Amino acid sequence: MKSLFVALAVALPLASPAFADWAQTQAEAKGQTVYFNAWGGDPRTNAFIDWVSDQMQEKYGVTVEQVKLSDTAEAVSRVQAEKAAGKNDGGAVDLIWINGPNFLAMKEAGLLHGPFVSDLPNAKYLDLSEGSAATTDFTVPTEGYESPWRLAKFAFAYDAERVSDPPKDMAGLLDWAKAHPGRFTHPNPSNFMGASFLKQALVELAPDPAALSQPVTDEAYAKETAPLWAWYDALRPLMWREGKSFPENESAQAQLLADGEVDFAMFFDPAAPAAMIEQGVLPPSVRVWVPEGGTIGNISYVAIPYNAAHQAGAELVANFLLDPATQAHMQDIRVLGSFSVLDPAKLDADAKQAFADLPTAPALPTLDDLGPTLPEPHPSWMTKLTEDWAQRYTK
Amino acid sequence: MRLAGAILTLVIGAPVLLGAALTLATGFGWQPGLGRVALGWEGFTEALAAPGILTSLRLTLVTGIGAALLSLAASIPLARWLVTRQSASRWLTPLLAVPHAALAIGLAFLIAPSGWAARLVSPWATGWDLPPQIVTLGDPWGLSLILGLMLKEVPFLTLMTLVAAAQRPVAEQMAAGRALGYAPGRVWVRIVWPQLYPALRLPVLIVLAFSLSVVDMALILGPSNPPTLAVRILRLYGAPDPAQAVPASALAVILLAVMGASAALWMVGERAVARLGKALIRTGHRGVSRRNWSGAGLIGAGGTLALGSLGALILWSLASFWRFPDALPADLTFKRWASADWAGPALTSLTLALVSTVLALILAMLWLESEDRSGKRLPLGALIVLPLLLPQIGFLQGLTTGFLWLGLPPGPVAVTWAELLFVFPYVMIALAGPWRALDRAHLASAASLGAGPTRRLLRIKLPMLLGPICAAAAIGVAVSVAQYLAVLLPGAGRVQALATEAVALASGADRRLAAILALMQAALPWVGFALALAVPAWWHRNRRGLRGGVA
Amino acid sequence: MSLELIDLSLTASDASAPLFAPLSLVVAPGETVCLMGPSGIGKSSLLAHIGGHLPRGFTASGDVRLDGESVTQLPAERRGIGMLFQQAQLFPHLSVGDNLAFGLSAQVKGKVARHAAVEAALEQAGLAGMADRDPATLSGGQRTRVALMRTLLARPRAVLIDEPFAALDAELRAEIRSFTLQHLQAERIPCLMVSHDPDDGAAAARRIALG
Repeated sequence: MKSLFVALAVALPLASPAFADWAQTQAEAKGQTVYFNAWGGDPRTNAFIDWVSDQMQEKYGVTVEQVKLSDTAEAVSRVQAEKAAGKNDGGAVDLIWINGPNFLAMKEAGLLHGPFVSDLPNAKYLDLSEGSAATTDFTVPTEGYESPWRLAKFAFAYDAERVSDPPKDMAGLLDWAKAHPGRFTHPNPSNFMGASFLKQALVELAPDPAALSQPVTDEAYAKETAPLWAWYDALRPLMWREGKSFPENESAQAQLLADGEVDFAMFFDPAAPAAMIEQGVLPPSVRVWVPEGGTIGNISYVAIPYNAAHQAGAELVANFLLDPATQAHMQDIRVLGSFSVLDPAKLDADAKQAFADLPTAPALPTLDDLGPTLPEPHPSWMTKLTEDWAQRYTK
Repeated sequence: MRLAGAILTLVIGAPVLLGAALTLATGFGWQPGLGRVALGWEGFTEALAAPGILTSLRLTLVTGIGAALLSLAASIPLARWLVTRQSASRWLTPLLAVPHAALAIGLAFLIAPSGWAARLVSPWATGWDLPPQIVTLGDPWGLSLILGLMLKEVPFLTLMTLVAAAQRPVAEQMAAGRALGYAPGRVWVRIVWPQLYPALRLPVLIVLAFSLSVVDMALILGPSNPPTLAVRILRLYGAPDPAQAVPASALAVILLAVMGASAALWMVGERAVARLGKALIRTGHRGVSRRNWSGAGLIGAGGTLALGSLGALILWSLASFWRFPDALPADLTFKRWASADWAGPALTSLTLALVSTVLALILAMLWLESEDRSGKRLPLGALIVLPLLLPQIGFLQGLTTGFLWLGLPPGPVAVTWAELLFVFPYVMIALAGPWRALDRAHLASAASLGAGPTRRLLRIKLPMLLGPICAAAAIGVAVSVAQYLAVLLPGAGRVQALATEAVALASGADRRLAAILALMQAALPWVGFALALAVPAWWHRNRRGLRGGVA
Repeated sequence: MSLELIDLSLTASDASAPLFAPLSLVVAPGETVCLMGPSGIGKSSLLAHIGGHLPRGFTASGDVRLDGESVTQLPAERRGIGMLFQQAQLFPHLSVGDNLAFGLSAQVKGKVARHAAVEAALEQAGLAGMADRDPATLSGGQRTRVALMRTLLARPRAVLIDEPFAALDAELRAEIRSFTLQHLQAERIPCLMVSHDPDDGAAAARRIALG
């Protein structure tokens, strides 16, 4: 049955919503255990997924098991290993929290199930018009192979007790570092967050930001990144441990901020600092700061591998994540504080009110504080950027 | 006998060889699942062209050989100090039982620039209001990693020295040497210890192999840019592009070569040291009699670091918020213990430990009993040595692929099997000695009373060996709970044990959660050893002839 | 019942010549024969071979028969040959009573009957009421008596004794020796003893020098 479904889905790349019989999907999903492969470095997200699991069990009789990854790439390579071993159904991974390069890699390798997004009943709350934020992932069209679930936007955090005047932009960051050597760092660019820091700098410093939306060429790369590397070469010796060593990920850097080893942390979630204060991980004096020109942002997606053992259950989870009640719960600062991916214009009055009633916190920025959302460069830029960084600075 | 040999070879030997063979094949570009079957050296050239690879190689050699050498050196005066203090040497066991990851997390919390040690002396003694800009944790030479490895390996080698010493007339030889006018330290180093070294060679080589290929400790304590070879391999295996498995496997083969070369170098070094030692002995220098300060000093330093690490873990697990440079958290609370999900991973670790230990005990008994019945030794020593001397990263990823081919999906069964490969050797080593040393006359007595082999096993051997069996089980549990890669790779994320969760959280934002998981990871083996002492003592409480079953 | 040895000889694996000249001997029911000889000649190995306990590494020839039936090919537990060792091998993990119960022939069935048999054996050994004692708390003489009773309870067809009284002090030795030999005689069990204590030899019905 499932393989037939896959075959049909492949045969009809643009399947109409009518094709999927949602009631049948629900029936099939009942009793399934969905292995949700999601980065496990953030306890709040883990707790939210636990909540999703409880809800899914209660509402649909579907069990959700989070497979806590230290890097999303682990899940991708797992599916690839399964394909390599000829395991074309009954795969171990049912649902992946995925983005950008990992999505592109899986999509190009034909490792994804779909398109399935338009089959989801809650897709009606999304703005799915061509080129909209919810249909592009790092400039790559999603084509219905992944379903949005949370909004991510780059933001810095700093301890207002120690830093009274956060810089205005990346150039200002260099001046600040000159005045305060050893107090700034960023996660290792082999990690998503570290790479995002480089991308944010690239977007600000590139002579022609528009070139970044195209697949990278050697020529464009050399031209657009030249100011970046000049800036970075000046900054690096002024960084924590003279730029020879880097925290593994954003969580490790948040710990450094909490310990006072550095003065900045960075997140792909503007609500993360407020939530971490709530949990006692960060001191209450931490605030959010974003460069004046805006920051890169993207939407986090979930995708289903082509060989997932529990595709029906996985689709049900993807749909539940888009439920306005789920999205409002997620945006609650006490829960996750992640901004909703739904199109406000498509919500009914009750749903709008639910969002309006959410509590606030001193460290929680408003959407206005965050400034414009800049488009992500094409994923090929990030790959080349991190490789280049490793070549330059890993000795 | 044949059947026992076949079962052991199949359960322990075959997976190791299958995993290693697949790693080797993948290293040469063999990925039939991706339609690549042409063999070549591209994986090796790619692996060796990676940025910073020479630094990784240097780091691996410095930390691996350095940790083994320093651990051995430290164990010499320590063993001398402890050989006359049998009661003190009992304190080695709890330190031996602490899993590497848990100890590393505690040590990281202690020695980081913002760690507990710095907090205790700041700002009143140091003037540090902010953490000092010094490099401790993750230092580029891997000194923190060496220190962490030593905290685990020195007690191990010391205990092995004491075990070897117990079989020799050490006191008489010390007396004889001193009667000739030699300082006790000289007698120990030049006369007694060289006699013990042959019994230490295998443990030392295991320590060397382990230190060169360790992953969990290197992730927590080692530098990250670039990391050691073993960590590099793990990262490459985790990369999104499956083609990366080729350089990863090639690097694993290179790591194996590095380990082989290091072992060879070690054995050459042994000879050189032996020659030098003999020359020194012939000089007849008596040395100066002194208190054994180095032994006492090492005990003090090691004990301080171990207790400090444990203290840091306990304090962090109870901290509400703990700002630098406060010596203690603002207030202590059990809130995190109540809210954190540590019970799930703890239960997983416990289950894995119990199942793998029981299986290992059954296999060990199968081995030993079939030897008893046939009267011949099984020539399967490689099954004990192989899993401990090969780099884990070198065959566990291959084994995971192999399991998948054989229809065993990643999950608890695959993890249990992988853990068994490491639990079995230690259980076997722990049980074989007491088993073979059991007074055969008891068994002859039982046979002369008409008891057949099964009755002899069940009524005489197993009850009389209850103490050693419990001790072996405790060791098995400790080994199982400490496994990181054996859970991570064959578990494919579906099995979340204390080791994998603790290591993942060690680089996470919530130090309290990491502390809780590390404490639980340390607690399981402690409970195991406590039970291993208590159960036989209670069972044989009215049997004077069987006291003191646990060494 | 009789114990018969026919041309029995042993050769150690690293030796070319046998340990001693082939031995032929018949021990009659209730008779005790003492084998005497210098230490190292293989007296204990000979007993081990007769009992079926010889470790690998020896080549044996000849035959051991009980009541004319060869037992050489049988495993130790099916020969029905009891052994008493120099150090009374009481199992340290079992109580005195359980040691006896372990030896008691399975032909004695029923909990009550078995219990009674154990009690009776204790009484005979002068150890009434000591069933629950830890064997480690017994004196040397008491241990030897328990070991003998345990051997007898197994209803052996022959008993081998390896210097059983050497560990006891001289006074006790005579008492325990006569206790042991009397019981074996009363049960009409053939007994082969090795010793280099002349008193043991004197107490036996016959003495044979091994060489």
